[in-house]
Amino acid sequence: MENKLKKSLIAYLFILPAMIFLVIFVFYPIVASIPLAFYDYSVVGQSKFVGLANFSRAIHDHEFWVSVENSILFVGVVPPLQLLSILLAIFVNRKIKGISFFRVLYYIPVVTSMVAVSITWGWIFDPHGLLNTFMIEHGIFNKPISFLNDPRFALLSLMFITMWQGLGYYMMIYLAGLQSIPKELEESAYVDGATRTQALYKITIPLLKPYIWLCTFMSILSAVRVFDVVYVLTNGGPGDATMVTSVYQFQKAFTDFNFGYASAIGLLVAILTTALSILVFIYGGRKGGMSYY
Amino acid sequence: MDYKRIKAIKKIFSLVITYLILIIIAIFLAGPFIWLVSSSFKTGQNIYTMNLIPHPFTLANYIGVINFISIPKYILNTIIITVSGIVLDVVLASLAAYPLACMEFYGKNLIFSALVSTMILPAAAGLIVNYLTISKMGLLDTLTGVIIPGAVSVFSIILLRQSYLTVPRELIDAAKIDGASEFKIWYKIMLPEVMPAISTIVIFDFIGLWNSFLWPIVVLQDPNKYPLATALKYLSGQFNYKFGYVAAGTVLSIIPVIIVFLAFQKYFINAVAGAIKG
Repeated sequence: MENKLKKSLIAYLFILPAMIFLVIFVFYPIVASIPLAFYDYSVVGQSKFVGLANFSRAIHDHEFWVSVENSILFVGVVPPLQLLSILLAIFVNRKIKGISFFRVLYYIPVVTSMVAVSITWGWIFDPHGLLNTFMIEHGIFNKPISFLNDPRFALLSLMFITMWQGLGYYMMIYLAGLQSIPKELEESAYVDGATRTQALYKITIPLLKPYIWLCTFMSILSAVRVFDVVYVLTNGGPGDATMVTSVYQFQKAFTDFNFGYASAIGLLVAILTTALSILVFIYGGRKGGMSYY
Repeated sequence: MDYKRIKAIKKIFSLVITYLILIIIAIFLAGPFIWLVSSSFKTGQNIYTMNLIPHPFTLANYIGVINFISIPKYILNTIIITVSGIVLDVVLASLAAYPLACMEFYGKNLIFSALVSTMILPAAAGLIVNYLTISKMGLLDTLTGVIIPGAVSVFSIILLRQSYLTVPRELIDAAKIDGASEFKIWYKIMLPEVMPAISTIVIFDFIGLWNSFLWPIVVLQDPNKYPLATALKYLSGQFNYKFGYVAAGTVLSIIPVIIVFLAFQKYFINAVAGAIKG
C-alpha cells in the first residue's frame, strides 16, 4: 500500500509539468466556456447574466444558420472528394524510377501554410488571374468569372482549395495502408485470373477500409473546423455566401468582442460536431473500420 | 513479331502512360507554386501571363518586399514560436507519457481517459477562454502568449505513451535492480528507445507551429511580432493590387519550410505513416 502511494507520488511528479499547462489551456477552457455562454460578457465593465438569451439569439440568427449550412456543405463535399487520394496512392505505390520524387512533389502543398496556399489560389481565381486568362485565351469563357466574388462559385472555390491541399496528406496515409497489405494476396488473385480492377475492388479497397474510415473522419473534422482559407480569401463573403461557423464565431468574438454570444455559438457547434463525430465513429466502428486504432 | 517483343513494347507503353499521368498530377499539385515563383520574377506588365519564363526577369519584387516588411524579423519570430513550442511539447509530453505507460498509480485511468476525451471535443470554444486567460496573465501581444497555450499537445502524450508501451519491460526491471531512480530510468533508458516517436512529434509540431495563423492573430496586435503566415495575410492586405510583392513575399515564406521538408522528407513521410500505425 505504502509502496503504491510512493509510486503515485513519483508518477505525478512526471505528469505535473504537462498537467499545469493542460489544466489551464485545455481542460479549464472546455468547462469555463459553458458559463460564458450565459453571460453578456463585457471586457471592461460588469458582465451580466442573461440566461438563455445568447442561445435564443443564435436560434433566431439567420446568418448563424447560413454558416451552419455552409459548414455542412463543406463536410458533404470535401471529404468525399478527398477520397481521390486513394487513386493517387495506388498510382504512386508502383516501384518505378523516380517515384519518390513525385511523392515528395505531391506532398509540398501539405507542408505549406494555408495562408500561402490561399493567397496563391486567390490569384489563380482572380478575374485577371491565371485561370480566367487561360479560359478566355482558349475560348472556353467569353468573359472573366470572379470565382471568389460570385456567390455561385465562392464556396465551391474554397472547397476546391481545401480539398487540393489535403490530397497529398491523405495520399501518404493510404500509401502506408497499401504497403501494409501483403503482396501475396493480390498476386494470388491474379493467379486465379482476376483483372486489375477486380483485384482493386475485391481485395485492395476492402483491406484499406480502416484507413478510409480514419481519413474520412479526419477530413470531416478538418472540414468542420475550416478557417484559414475562408478568413484569408473571402471572410465569409460575398454577402454570407462562404460564411462558415468558425469564421462567424471568430467575427462575433474578436471583431464585435461579443464573447458571450460567440461562446453560445461555439457550444452549439460543439454539440453538433460531437454528435456528428459520434455518428461517424459508431457507423465506422460497426463496420469494423475503426477497431484497428 | 514474337510474344516477348509485344510484351516489351506493352511494358514501355504503359510506363510512358504512367509517367505522363504522374506529370499531370504534379502540374496539378505543384503547378500553382511553380507559377507563383515565376510570377515573383516578373514585372508588373506581364504578371498575369501563363508564360512560365519571366521576360523581362526582375528582382524588383523581392527588393521591394524586403524593403517594405522585414522578412528576416518574421522568420525570427516564427523560429522562436516553432522551436520553443517543439521543445516544450517534447519535454513535457515525454515526461507525462512515461508513467501513463509504465507505472501503476492512483487515478491513472481517470487521467488517461480525460486526455483521450479532449481529442474528440472540438477546440473552438477554447479560443475565447484562452484569450481571456492570456489577457489576465498580461501576456497579450507577446510571443509567450502565442507559445504557451499549445505547449503540450494531448496527441503527443498519447503517441508517446503508445511508444513507451513497446519498450521491453526487462530493460526497466534490470535498471531497477541496479538501483536506478525512475527519473534516471526515464532519461537513460526510455527516452533513447522512443526517439522515433519523438521525431514524429517534432515533425508534426513543426508543420503545425510554422504555419500557425489563427492564434497569433488573436493574441498579437503589433504586426512586428507576427509569425510568417500571419505576416503574409497582413502583406496581402497591404498590397492588394501589387501581386509581384505578394508573390515574392509568399515565396520567401514558403522557402524555409520547403527546405526543411526536402532535407527531412524521408522522416516526414515515415512520420505520417508511423503515427497512423502507432
